[in-house]
Amino acid sequence: MELEPSHYPAQRAAGVARACISYRRGECTDIRDIPGTGHKYHLEFTLKDTVQEVSFNCTAEVLYHLGSQHSAPEVHFTVEGELGKNPDDADNKFYSRIKSLKEPLVAQNIPDSFGIVPPEMEPIRHLAFSACDYIIWQNSTENTWYNLAQIQDVRQVKRNDDYLEFDYTVLLHDFVSQEIIPWQMQVLWHPQHGVKVTQNSRQPK
Amino acid sequence: MVQLKCLEPLSLICAGGCLDFWVSPLHPERPVDVRVPFTSLQAVKVFLEQNNIPYFILIKDLQRLVDDEKAQMVHQRSRALSVETFNYATYHTLNEIYDFMDLLVAERPNLVSKIEIGYSTEGLPLNVLKFSTGGPNRPAIWIDTGIHSREWVTQATGVWFAKKIISDYGKDESLTAILDKMDIFLEIITNPDGFVFTHTKNRMWRKTRSINAGSSCRGVDPNRNWDAGFGGAGSSKNPCSETYHGPHANSEPEVKAIVDFVKQHGNIKAFISIHSYSQLLLYPYGYTKTPVPDQKELDSIAKAAVTALSSLYGTSYRYGSIITTIYQASGGTIDWTYNQGIKYSFTFELRDTGRYGFMLPANQIIPTAQETWKALMVIMEHARDHPY
Repeated sequence: MELEPSHYPAQRAAGVARACISYRRGECTDIRDIPGTGHKYHLEFTLKDTVQEVSFNCTAEVLYHLGSQHSAPEVHFTVEGELGKNPDDADNKFYSRIKSLKEPLVAQNIPDSFGIVPPEMEPIRHLAFSACDYIIWQNSTENTWYNLAQIQDVRQVKRNDDYLEFDYTVLLHDFVSQEIIPWQMQVLWHPQHGVKVTQNSRQPK
Repeated sequence: MVQLKCLEPLSLICAGGCLDFWVSPLHPERPVDVRVPFTSLQAVKVFLEQNNIPYFILIKDLQRLVDDEKAQMVHQRSRALSVETFNYATYHTLNEIYDFMDLLVAERPNLVSKIEIGYSTEGLPLNVLKFSTGGPNRPAIWIDTGIHSREWVTQATGVWFAKKIISDYGKDESLTAILDKMDIFLEIITNPDGFVFTHTKNRMWRKTRSINAGSSCRGVDPNRNWDAGFGGAGSSKNPCSETYHGPHANSEPEVKAIVDFVKQHGNIKAFISIHSYSQLLLYPYGYTKTPVPDQKELDSIAKAAVTALSSLYGTSYRYGSIITTIYQASGGTIDWTYNQGIKYSFTFELRDTGRYGFMLPANQIIPTAQETWKALMVIMEHARDHPY
C-alpha cells in the first residue's frame, strides 16, 4: 500500500530511521525477515547533516514489531555516500577542554526557556542529540514521535580512561501524546570512538 | 577666599586629582559636594576632621546607586512606551503583552479596540483585539495564538501580527481591501493562566490550570475541550494527561468564552488557530477520517498558503487534514468551528521541526511571524474574495 509522504505514519517511520542511522552511522541491527509479525515501512528520504552542510539520499526499511513485549523497531538502510565522521577540530577542542577541567562539568536547562544555548554548551547538546537518537530508536512505536526537548541536567563523571562520561537527564517530547518524558542516560564519548549509551531509564514525570 | 583656600590641600590627597567635585568650592557660604573614591575615603575624612570642616555623607555607595538605576532602566526598556519602540524580537510576559494591547488601542483608537470575552479559571481577563474600519457586524476573520501556553513563538507572532495590521492598513493594498470589507479579531494570549505558569513554574506547561475534581493533576487540554467528537479517540480521560479533554465540552472558561463569542457574533468566515511546533498547515477533521465536504477547496488554499510562506525564507511546511497529517485528535478547535459553518477553518503549527521545539530562540520570532503572515494573507484574501 502506497503511503502519502505527507501523512504521519510515513513521517514517524522516517524519524525512527533517521534516529537509527544517525546513532549508528554505518551499523544497524541485522535484517531478519519475520513476515506477519509487524508493520513494515519502505522509505526513501534525504538526510541532512546540518553541521557539515551535506545531504545524503537514504532508503530504509523500518519494521515495527507487534506484540505485548516492546522491542526496538528494526531498521535496515542504505545511504548514498560516506556517512562516517572523522573527528574535527571542534570535537578535539571540546575533548581537551573537558579533559582538563578541574571540577566535573555540571549544567542545567539547555536550551533555556528562551531557546538560548551558551556556545560552550553546544557540544554537550550535540552529544545529547546523538545519545537520544539511540533512545528514540529503541523506544519508538508507530504511535510515538520523539524529539529531544531540553537537557534538564548534565553532570560529568570523571574517568581514568580516555573516554568522557556524562550523566544526562533529558526531557523528551512525544508529539503524539504531547507528553514531556524525563529520561536518564549515561553517555560515553571519545572523538575517535564515537558515542555510546551505556545505561538509560525512563524517569517518573 | 581664605576659607576656600583651606580646601585646596583636599585635592592633593589623591594623585591625579581623583576627587570629583560635583559642586565646586565657589563661595564660603555654599556647600561643596565631592565624590571620593573608596581608597581615599579615610584620608579625606581625616583632613576634614583635622581642619574642623563639617561634613555629612549624601550618598554612601554611589556604585550601588548607579547599578540599581541601570537595572531599572533595563527593565524600563522592556516596558515600551509605544508600539514603535516595543521589542518584537524578544519573548514577553503576560503583563507586557497586555500593556502592549492597551498601547495599540491608545495609538489607533479608530482602528483597534479591545474586547474582554471572559475570564480564565484564575480570573485573568481574556482579551481580544478587534481591528475594524466600521460597519455593524461585518463578516470577520478570527486568529488566536497561545492556546497551548508552552508554544511561546505563537503569542510572540500574535503580537507581531497586531503591529503588522496597523502598519499595513492604508499602505498595503490587499490588507486595506480586507479591512474595508471585514473585521479581524485577534486573541493573542488565549490561555493566560497557562502562560503565566510557563513563566513562573514550568516552561513546558501546555494545558489550562483548572482544578480537576478528585485528582492532584491540574489542567485540561484546551484543544480537546471543544464540542466536536468530544471525548473520542485522540484525547485522554486521564486528568494527568497532556491531552485530557476535561469533564465535558466547553468546561474550560477559555474555550467557552470563544464559543460564546463566535455564536453571538454569527458572522465569522475564517477561523485560524495557531500552535507550534512542526511546520504544518492543517484543516479539519481531526476527530474522524471522513473528509470535510470542502476538502478540495481547503486543500488548494493550504497549498497556496504554504507556497507563499516558504517564498520568504524557504521554510517548508506540510499540509493536509489533521487526522491524516498529524494524528487523530478529538474535541479540537477547528473541527468545532468548521461544523459551525465557518468554512475557512485552519490550524498552523509554526517553526521548528524539533531542533528547538517549544524553546525557539527569540531571533526566529520575527522571521517566523513574517513568513506566517504571508500564509495568513492567502487565507484572508480568499475569504475576502469568496464570500459565502
